[in-house]
Formats: sequence, structure tokens, C-alpha cells
Amino acid sequence: MTRYVSTIRLVITRDVLRAARSQTEALHPLIFFALCVLLFPFAIGSDEGLLERIAPGILWVSALLSATLSLEQLFRSDYQDGSFELFVLSKASTLAISLGKSLTHWFISGLPILLMSIPLCLVLELNWATTQVFLASLFAGTLTMSFIGAAVSALTVGLRGGGLLLAMLILPLYIPVLIFGSAAASNAAQGLPAAAELYFLTGLLILAVTLAPWATAAALKIRLS
Amino acid sequence: MGNSRGPKNPTKLVFSSLHKYASPRHFYHLSLSISPWLAWLASAMFGLGIVGGLVIAPSDYQQGDSFRIIYVHVPSAWMSLFIYVTMAAAAATALVWKIKLAEIAMRASAMLGASFTFLALVTGSIWGKPTWGTYWAWDARLTSELVLLFLYIGFIALQTAYSDRRVAARAGAVLILIGTVNIPIIHYSVEWWSSLHQGPTISKLDTPSIHIDMLIPLLVMASAFMTYYLAVMLTRMRCEILAYERNTNWVREFITARAHHS
Amino acid sequence: MSDFLHMGGYAFYVWSAYGITLMVLIGNIIVPRQAERAALAELELRLQRAKTGDT
Repeated sequence: MTRYVSTIRLVITRDVLRAARSQTEALHPLIFFALCVLLFPFAIGSDEGLLERIAPGILWVSALLSATLSLEQLFRSDYQDGSFELFVLSKASTLAISLGKSLTHWFISGLPILLMSIPLCLVLELNWATTQVFLASLFAGTLTMSFIGAAVSALTVGLRGGGLLLAMLILPLYIPVLIFGSAAASNAAQGLPAAAELYFLTGLLILAVTLAPWATAAALKIRLS
Repeated sequence: MGNSRGPKNPTKLVFSSLHKYASPRHFYHLSLSISPWLAWLASAMFGLGIVGGLVIAPSDYQQGDSFRIIYVHVPSAWMSLFIYVTMAAAAATALVWKIKLAEIAMRASAMLGASFTFLALVTGSIWGKPTWGTYWAWDARLTSELVLLFLYIGFIALQTAYSDRRVAARAGAVLILIGTVNIPIIHYSVEWWSSLHQGPTISKLDTPSIHIDMLIPLLVMASAFMTYYLAVMLTRMRCEILAYERNTNWVREFITARAHHS
Repeated sequence: MSDFLHMGGYAFYVWSAYGITLMVLIGNIIVPRQAERAALAELELRLQRAKTGDT
């Protein structure tokens, strides 16, 4: 048990430190997130009423896309420098490594997105109650997306077509998270209860955390053969 | 190879023949003899189904003759789902028992699954125009079908991205299984989303009680589509088997024998 | 007969739906069969080359 936990901690520390070193690269998804959100008023016009109605949707889609963007890099440097083989060949459990990698992705992508969305909520003039619900939905959602994304990322690392192939495969799988996440925020914006949606999101999260690491572990072994 | 013990245990017989046909070589030859029969059967059923659907079935009270699109739309939708489930079963078999033929069956079904999904969407959309007034409606079933199309396309893209067939198949198997877990979730969430934004809609595409005269051609067409799928899948499987087994003796002998016959 | 083709006014819809279906179904017959023929031909060629033994 402690072996598992220490493997997970090792993976997370190693990757988060590496991400922290290249700070500019770590910021890219956040800048994309903000830009993506800002594109919408330009496209739709700054009609306050309309923007207010679709703000949760805009925020959610932009967050989802920037979470997807950083997915490609999750295993890429490992693939290139040979750590990938070590993952499978070493005595460490591939399941623990998968768990570690999924959490890593959340730390370097989901968490920053969560923080970045606070000023963006202000820009789109969401009230505090809505923002709270939105953040809760984004928390569960980004965590779910990191876990599912790690599996598909492991399946596609190093393939030609790379990032776009990954996006093509993962986006349909993110749709339920998007539906419930933005519905929760929309409900809150209208003053309606969002508990049901948040419960569904939690259910999705639990499902993802329990099942996805197995798929990621299988993908690691397959990718190597 | 034969043994002269008494009457064989039937269960053993089933398993031993399953085991025999799990070998690509035996399956290949078996499929060569089955294929012509399947082709004829499918053609006959299509003939019956089309005549039944276009001519014999009475026209609908509300939708007139436009409802006849049901005879291509519904079987396509059913096949699109059935094929995904088949691919999932093949994927699980391939990953757990590492049976080559399961990998081959999964890869061979993908394009057909995508085609049927495409057909379900296009015919559903065409049907929608006279029925709902628009070519597209964010109806739960159509939207789920659209997501299914993307799942198929993703699988096919993954297969082409890998250079090694066998690794591609195993990666694809994992993807299909991830998709299988997701499909009920996606379907449920899309239904939930659809009722949220539109209010409960009774889809005009599934009348709860369909008249028996209209139902029979539908069942015939569904069987025709299924037979067609089996026939085409066998052809695709033979291509895959040849690629998988290029360097084996049996393939060499088979090709030599073919060359001598022609 | 022209009633049949007319499909109660829905001719465009019914026939385009059936037409597209026909095209997709036929396409899915033709492509694999050609692939099978090509695969067999390529294997035969490889056999010939091995026979007229080079290397």
C-alpha cells in the first residue's frame, strides 16, 4: 500500500516540478483559456443579456478545450526520453503510475484553470453564488477530464496526428461532463438549485477515478509493444 | 487426428469447433464457403423488405408516404448500435484472451458501423424535414447518434495512426471499451440535456404501437441489414486475415493453389 | 407506377433517403471486394518473385 502511495507521490512530484520549471509553458493553457472566453463577446456582440445567458457555457467550453490542449504533453516527454519504457518494465505498479499521472495532469492543468476562471467569471459578470457553483462543477469536471484524458493520452502518445487525434478521440467522451457542468452553472445563474447536476458530476468523477486508471495502465503496456 | 472413442460429448464438440474456428486459417476457409450463401440471402431479404416497405405497407395516417423512410432509417440505427456492441465484445475478447480473430473482427466492423451511423443520421435528417419541418433537430436520439459517429471515426483514425496492425488493434480495443462505458452515460446525459432545453418531446420517429402491416417489412429489412453486415464483415475479415498471416505456410499454400487453378 | 414514384408528394425525401442508403451499401460491398482482390494479387506477385528466386 505504501509502495503504491509512494509511487503516486513520486510521479506527481517529478512532473509538477518539471512543469514548474518551464513556467512559460505552464501558462500557455491559461492564456488560451482566457483568449477563448474573450473570443465570444467579439463574435456575439457585447449584448449583456445574451452574454449573461450563455456565460456558463462559454466558460465551460473554453475550460474543456484548454484542459484538452495540455493533455498531449502528459506523456510526451516520457515517451521521448525513455521513461515510458521504465514505467512498464520497472517493478512499480502501472496502476499507481496511471493514478499519479492523472493527478499530475489535474495539478498542472485543472487546478490552474480553476484559479484562472475566477477573474473570468468576474469579466462575464457572474454573481458570487453562480461562481461558487461553477467552480464546484469545474473542480469535479476537470478532475474527471484529467483521469479520462490520461487514458486516451497514453493511447495516442507519439502517434502521427498527435494532438488533433487526441482531441478527436477525447471530446465525445467529455460531453457528459460538459452537459452537467454547464447545466449546474446555468441553473445557479437563474437562481435554480444545481444539486442534482453536481451529484451527477460527482458520480462521473467517482466512475472516472475508479475505472480510468485501469485503461491508462493497459494503454501504457500496449503502447510499448 | 481422429479418435475412435464412442459418441462425443456435445459440449466438448461445441468448444472444440469454436476453438478450431478461432484459428484464422480455418475461419478463412469457412468464410469462403459461407459468403456466397450470405450474399444471396441478404439480396433476397432486401428484395422482400423493399417491396414490403415501399409497396405493400399501407401509408401512414399522419405522415403519408414519407414514413417509408423508416425502413432504411431504423435498421441503420439498430445496426449502428449492434455493431458497436459487437466491437466491444470483440475488444474484450481480444484483450483478455488475446484471440487474433477477435481483433480482426473488431477492425473489420468499424467502417460498416460508421457507415450505418452515417446513414441513420442522414435518413433521419431527411425524414425530419417533412415531419418536423427542419433537417436537424437537437433530439436526444439523433444527437446521441451523432456522438456515436464521432466515436467510430475516432476508432478508425486511431487504427490508421498506428503502423503495426496488432498494436493498433489492441489500442483500439481499449478505446472501444472506454467508449462502451461512456455510451450509456452519454446517451443518458444527452437525453437529460434534451429534455432540459426543449421540454419533453415525444419523438415522432418511434410510434409506440406500430401497425403489424408496417412492422413486418421493418423486421425483414432489419434482418436484411444484419445479413448484409455479416456478409461484408466476412469479406473484410478475409482481407485482414491475409494481412495478419502473410508469412505463414497455409497462406503460401493457399495462394499457390489459387494460382494453379486460374 | 407514377403514383409509386410520386410517393404521395414526398418523392424527394423518400427517394433521396433510399438512394443514399443504396450508394452507401453498394460502396461497402465494392471497396472490401476490391481490397480482397488487391491483397490476393499482391500475395501472388510476392510468391512469383520468391519462386523466380532472386537474392
